[in-house]
Amino acid sequence: MIEFDDVTVTFAGETEPVLRGVDLTIPEGELCLVIGRTGSGKTTLLRAINGLVPHFSGGTLSGRVAVDGRDTRDHRPRDLAEVVGFVGQDPLSGFVTDTVEDELAYGMESLGLPADVMRKRVEETLDLLGLAELRQRPLTDLSGGQQQRVAIGSVLTTHPRVLVLDEPTSALDPLAAEEVLATLQRLVHDLGLTVVLAEHRLERVVQYADRVVLVPGDGKPVVDGKPDDILASSAIAPPVVELGRVAGWRPLPLSVRDARRRAAPLRQQLADLKAPDHSCAERGDAAGRVADLVAGYARVPVLKGVSATLARGEIVALMGRNGAGKSTLMKTLVGMRTPDSGVVDIGGHAPADLKPAQLLRHVGLVPQVPGDLLYESTVARECTQADKDAGVPAGTTAALFERLSPGVPGDQHPRDLSEGQRLTLALAIVLAAQPPLLLLDEPTRGLDYTAKHRLVEILRDLAADDHAVMLATHDVELVAEVATRVVVLADGEVVADGSVTDVVVSSPSFAPQVAKILAPQTWLTPTDVAVALAGITTVSRP
Amino acid sequence: MRPQNHITFPRMLHPGAWWLWALGLAAAASRTLNPVPLLLILVVTGFVVSARKSDAPWARSYVAFLKLALLVIAIRIVFQALLSSGSQGPTVLFTLPEIPLPGSTGIKLGGVVSLEAVLRAFYEGLQLATILVCVGAANALGSARRLLRSVPGALYEVGVAVVIALTFAPQLVTDAARVRAAHRLRGQHGGLRSMKRLAMPVLEGALDRSVELAAAMDSRGYGRTSSEQQGSRRLTVLLVLSGMLGLCVGLYGLLSGTSAEWMGLPMLLLGSVLSAAGLYFGGRRTGRTTYRPDPWALPEWLVAGSGLVAAAAMFVNVATDPSSLVLASVTAAPPVPVLATIGILVAMLPAILAPPLPRPAPQTSSRTSEIEVAA
Repeated sequence: MIEFDDVTVTFAGETEPVLRGVDLTIPEGELCLVIGRTGSGKTTLLRAINGLVPHFSGGTLSGRVAVDGRDTRDHRPRDLAEVVGFVGQDPLSGFVTDTVEDELAYGMESLGLPADVMRKRVEETLDLLGLAELRQRPLTDLSGGQQQRVAIGSVLTTHPRVLVLDEPTSALDPLAAEEVLATLQRLVHDLGLTVVLAEHRLERVVQYADRVVLVPGDGKPVVDGKPDDILASSAIAPPVVELGRVAGWRPLPLSVRDARRRAAPLRQQLADLKAPDHSCAERGDAAGRVADLVAGYARVPVLKGVSATLARGEIVALMGRNGAGKSTLMKTLVGMRTPDSGVVDIGGHAPADLKPAQLLRHVGLVPQVPGDLLYESTVARECTQADKDAGVPAGTTAALFERLSPGVPGDQHPRDLSEGQRLTLALAIVLAAQPPLLLLDEPTRGLDYTAKHRLVEILRDLAADDHAVMLATHDVELVAEVATRVVVLADGEVVADGSVTDVVVSSPSFAPQVAKILAPQTWLTPTDVAVALAGITTVSRP
Repeated sequence: MRPQNHITFPRMLHPGAWWLWALGLAAAASRTLNPVPLLLILVVTGFVVSARKSDAPWARSYVAFLKLALLVIAIRIVFQALLSSGSQGPTVLFTLPEIPLPGSTGIKLGGVVSLEAVLRAFYEGLQLATILVCVGAANALGSARRLLRSVPGALYEVGVAVVIALTFAPQLVTDAARVRAAHRLRGQHGGLRSMKRLAMPVLEGALDRSVELAAAMDSRGYGRTSSEQQGSRRLTVLLVLSGMLGLCVGLYGLLSGTSAEWMGLPMLLLGSVLSAAGLYFGGRRTGRTTYRPDPWALPEWLVAGSGLVAAAAMFVNVATDPSSLVLASVTAAPPVPVLATIGILVAMLPAILAPPLPRPAPQTSSRTSEIEVAA
């Protein structure tokens, strides 16, 4: 269906090609998963399928890309609209019209399909994707999962044979992600569509993939094959695969179900061992405290009486579905929002009363889009400005950034940094003033596994350094890895507050993969299991 | 008869009909300073809007326009009555302390304020206010966005650009608020310097989104069917532009009432013919189709017609009985222009002639309807 024949892509102004000599054949009806670090060329590979590279992006493409027999050399993206449906990273920025129904019809209008065909296909697509109840709704009012489904529907109406998606679930909470993935599953199985998607959150998608394409970056060759073959040797792997490696299972399990069916001996082996407790050994003084907090809009309270204490030395994960009040709680803690009633206490002050210059000594927030904090033209200037803002000796922020993310040249533009580097730069800027309380809103959005591991180390160091850290996140694997306590919000109230083991292990949507595989035992991460198993072998081999 | 032709069949009226209706009333308002027809027009628009407006966000614009209209009247009175010495009459209302200015300018600060000056300013402000309220009514009843959906094929590209601009403007405001809040986290206050810092991330975000949107539109077939022939495109542009120019000149000639004879109706007709030809040729070269176009049926004709009747009645009244539309003196009781009043009252009919709005369907899941069937 899709053929890459010795494809090399070089963008204008670059000396090294992004992709070098890619040979790849994706047969019809497969769900193909493209993995790789950020910046390795995944997006370029996806965009070459419908000719956006090089027709839209510029640059040079040598070799040949053909989809359904059509060569992208002679076909512009618009000429492939009824062969390839392309869904970009942020569905909202790709919407042209403003209601669901019009959006579904847009592609067909461009192709000049007759009115009766359009009418019929819109109805079919509404049913296929379960959007019928939303047909008249404005696109901006939809939830993230619904928007993603509309984006998929809007390219399906032209009846393409191939669907290409760039990180369709990375911005979604676990349930919305399942919604979208279930839709894709159905398209592959019921309609025989060929689906190509790139995704960082392997634990969500790898079990559905028929083929994995690994784009290693740095000019190394692209490899493809069966999921378990590729993952056996890949540095990037979801927890279930890591556990499989630890336990020595061959072939590697890809889903919780596969692993659970093989895990009985492992569970027996681990039965006498105690799963490590992730709780904070000694909690320090309170760095932030809210009590009976009510906040929100006029007559629409988002937080309805929330009480919690954040102590130095602990890493608290704030979980809950979108709209549960996570962001509102964070905003109230940094004084962007004044509470309607209740207490917010940051080191003895109410944050809303503090001047910005004082505020940053007490609490720091890394927003969901770290780029919002950045505005200078180079990394070095960004650091100097942060030193001035925080009133600390010159070079403090630069030193911090060097520690968090070594080897980034100071004259680089912040926009050219990778997602992970941008996050650490924002983190360094916030940390310059040494706030005892540090908040992070969705820090792993768009981060690959390597960057995530780095973030985990950084957060542990910060907690050891007597900071209180709170992160709002949907990423259950990150929570399992790093959190010492979990607070779950639902509908503006705290529904659970306790150790990671107590809160997440029994929850169907918040449990990490390892916990699901080894339940009722309370192991959280592959590393914990590996350490415990290493203990057994050393004991039994005196 | 198609159900769309029934005035009782609930549906959204074509926004174009509402705009024609409102523009007809606005044209009527533009030809008189007599407060009787002007106030009547205000009442008519208010009545129709309250009878036929939807719950959509744009429907609230009527009140916003009404407030703007009051502001216009207030500004007019303050500037003309309090600051101009030329317009004062004999009936002194009160005298403000005056700051002397060179006498030749005709401008004063304070001093005598007369009833005549205040009334004249009020009447003139009322005319402008009425036209504004008519636009507000059109906006509240027929969304400008939906109107853009029915622009002819030749103007499609322009329509898309306007729609995208309409989407991006509120997005920019949200982005700016988010980035400002983030800058507070870096310990910064507002001020002039912060504007520059704000602009960078906001504009970058907007640029990124535009590129994303362009990529999405390209991959969905935008611009695929339009022909590449330079000649036909140039002809279309020439025809449409000259036609629009003709329309503008013609409308100006008709509405101003003081310009040369050839500037009125003849120019309007010429402009319409040229534009229609341009749109026809342009429409032929785009191979686009429209999904569920808004129908134009009997109620649309009736609504648009009632607005045009109001305008026509006013114009005939101006031609046949001009004395009933101008005030002999500002303080005298204004006369009642019979024909114009009847015309404006006809424009109140859309309150019943326009089809009622469909109520949003109750949110029923398939499960509850099954239960109902089972019961």
